[in-house]
Amino acid sequence: MSEDTQNTAGESPDPGSPATPGPGGAPSRRALLGWGGAGLALGAVAAGGAVAAVRSDDAPVPAADSGAAVPFHGAHQAGIATAVQDRLHFAAFDVTTKDRAELVALLKEWTRAAERMTAGHAVGDGAYGGLAEAPPDDTGEALGLKPSRLTLTIGFGPTLFAKGRFGLEDRRPDALVDLPKFPGDNLDAARSGGDLCVQACADDPQVAVHAIRNLARIGMGRTAIRWSQLGFGKTSSTTPGAQTPRNMMGFKDGTRNISGTDTAALDKHVWVGGKDRAGWMTGGSYLVARRIRMHIETWDRAPLQEQEDVFGRDKGEGAPVGKAKERDEPFLKAMLPTAHVRLAHPDSNAGATILRRGYSFTDGTDGLGRLDAGLFFLAYQRDTREAFVPLQRRLAAHDALNEYIQHVGSAHFAVPPGVRDKDDWWGRTLFS
Amino acid sequence: MRAVRLSVVTAAATVAALTAVTGCAEKSDGKGDGAVQVVAKDDSCEVSKTKLPAGHVELAVQNKGSKVTEVYVLFPDDRIVAERENIGPGTKATITAEIKAGSYEIACKPGMKGHGIRQKLEISGGSAAKRSPEMDKAVAAYRTYVQDQADATLPKAKVFTDAVAAGDIEAAKKAYAESRLGWERTEPVAESFGDIDPKVDVRADGLEDGQKWTGWHRLEKALWQDKKLGAEEKALAPALQKDLLDWQKRVGTAEITPTSMANGAKELLDEVATGKVTGEEERYSHTDLIDFKANVEGAEKSYELLKPIASKNDAALSATLDKRFAELNKLLDTYRKDKTSYEFTSYEKVGKADRKDLSDAVNALAEPLSRLAAAVTK
Repeated sequence: MSEDTQNTAGESPDPGSPATPGPGGAPSRRALLGWGGAGLALGAVAAGGAVAAVRSDDAPVPAADSGAAVPFHGAHQAGIATAVQDRLHFAAFDVTTKDRAELVALLKEWTRAAERMTAGHAVGDGAYGGLAEAPPDDTGEALGLKPSRLTLTIGFGPTLFAKGRFGLEDRRPDALVDLPKFPGDNLDAARSGGDLCVQACADDPQVAVHAIRNLARIGMGRTAIRWSQLGFGKTSSTTPGAQTPRNMMGFKDGTRNISGTDTAALDKHVWVGGKDRAGWMTGGSYLVARRIRMHIETWDRAPLQEQEDVFGRDKGEGAPVGKAKERDEPFLKAMLPTAHVRLAHPDSNAGATILRRGYSFTDGTDGLGRLDAGLFFLAYQRDTREAFVPLQRRLAAHDALNEYIQHVGSAHFAVPPGVRDKDDWWGRTLFS
Repeated sequence: MRAVRLSVVTAAATVAALTAVTGCAEKSDGKGDGAVQVVAKDDSCEVSKTKLPAGHVELAVQNKGSKVTEVYVLFPDDRIVAERENIGPGTKATITAEIKAGSYEIACKPGMKGHGIRQKLEISGGSAAKRSPEMDKAVAAYRTYVQDQADATLPKAKVFTDAVAAGDIEAAKKAYAESRLGWERTEPVAESFGDIDPKVDVRADGLEDGQKWTGWHRLEKALWQDKKLGAEEKALAPALQKDLLDWQKRVGTAEITPTSMANGAKELLDEVATGKVTGEEERYSHTDLIDFKANVEGAEKSYELLKPIASKNDAALSATLDKRFAELNKLLDTYRKDKTSYEFTSYEKVGKADRKDLSDAVNALAEPLSRLAAAVTK
């Protein structure tokens, strides 16, 4: 586990003394205290659905070394302000059914499965012990693994609101715009768009993959995977005071991210508020996903001075130009006008601020012997029109980094508010 | 072409069906005196008991030889009751099966090759599983269907093999895909005769070392890729006809149960999902969509026969299956001009996005179809 999660990982106050499970496999109060406190530290609002940190119903794992479960229920979906986990499996789906009732039924089934999986339980009746002549409900590859802070976050793409599909055309939020074409984009339709998305973040890649795989399986006949992306090595942090992880270019990028505990900043920049006049989206957020390919080989041949000038930070400490420490206030005018940090800074963008949850990706090589690697950029914001769009316009036009990167995939989703309790479901505010 | 694997699946399903239907199969604890000790060596296969009561049979295998081995329990016609592959030297393995009264053979195959070293096994007593009259009806109707398909295939195959033997490339091409329809509709049963399938339906990449490539796909390559029929190809035509005749004669003896029908339907969709949507099956003729349609028809036949049972046990599942079969058939119809003909669009003309739509539709059906066996045995 990386440094920045140490105080939020949900370890018991006394790791030497395993918490005993209570009746029915529920965690003891002591165990609850252990990661109940973590829930607060993570900034997860409303820890109502406290859950046992076990993956198999019949084998409780002491909460002290459980890898922690993040509460699923709350006013906002987990996986946005939640401390960023190490791994990602992101999937975009096409809805294949034309029947609104079938779609709603699917969202309810997905919600129930997500509740179980984020709590560390198997889907449905589990992965074994059922009828011998039928495939098990759960695919089984996460058996015995800890909850690993799995979060599942759903979003709705613009195409879901198209006229004549599900009667949602009047409910499309104004902020869920069709993203403009930015200069330099080389978007692949097979890695872009989608009616639905699910972001699975976890500290264990197998837990994240298991979650997407099982949701995809439940969805068959109603949804089909359009594209998906695995990510590792989170490239930004939502935990204050932690080391900022490095991206594939070897730089710290994302130092000035919104902290998951900064409620005021989250309310201002991330959560859709009551005044935004998008009733069903209140408490939700807008997600932009971009697959940004890096020209790794040419970057690696760039002189150190150029690399540092491109970012506006030094490579060792990550300090802004002319400063000593990573978190020293940057003096933007000391940087080149084309420096990435200078252009991306809120001060250069009339205060536009996004919450980043990007991950590095490496999908092998591209057939020309080049590493197919880069940044899978995920940004959450209250209104994409006022955040990502102007920011990316500026970056696409001026950023010195553009010589070394290319945006090859793009998608935009309205991320609804959280699932409040056991009777609630993903998307209820949209479909009810 | 996944002969051995599929037949094993069928055998396992058979076992499960008997267990579920009778509800009284005794489970061994896996260690008791009941286990038959099998000591496999490079040149011997010692079996501690050769006479056993019907029911749960357990083989405790020890490989004391130097080669990796596999152990089979076989019906007299070499159909597989149960098997275990890849038993390494010095390792142990357990094979379990529910076996009815009759004569069987145990075969050890050191090096996992050949006929194996065999011992007789006599199973006596016990009672055959009881099935409900509607299950019997479904099985009997499916047995008739399987036989009908084989009977109808022979004359169609003869048109094809006669054309090949006569060196008439165009006539052979024309007859090729339709000659395979009956086989593709009943593939899980056809494949359960493990010795026929590798001769008639193997693809080049499925050949084992030293195996001669024969059958439909070898001729497909000659017709579409090599564009010539030499003496060797012409000689393969009567051999194919002979092997299919063998299939027609033996198909009636296939072990069929409600669960093997249900899982067989799913397996037909698996065939589509792995071999046809990728265009691997008919890589020279590109007639994949015809096989595709035949697989779906075969699966639908199984389902229709089981539907009276399934809809009683799980109405929601049968409603979903009705819908998904209709959707897939509708999608397939867009690839043929006339709903009564089997002239489908050449698969090389089906683009990437359309192939994904087909794949999604297959998954949409196969996923709920995988729950049919459970619904039938509930």
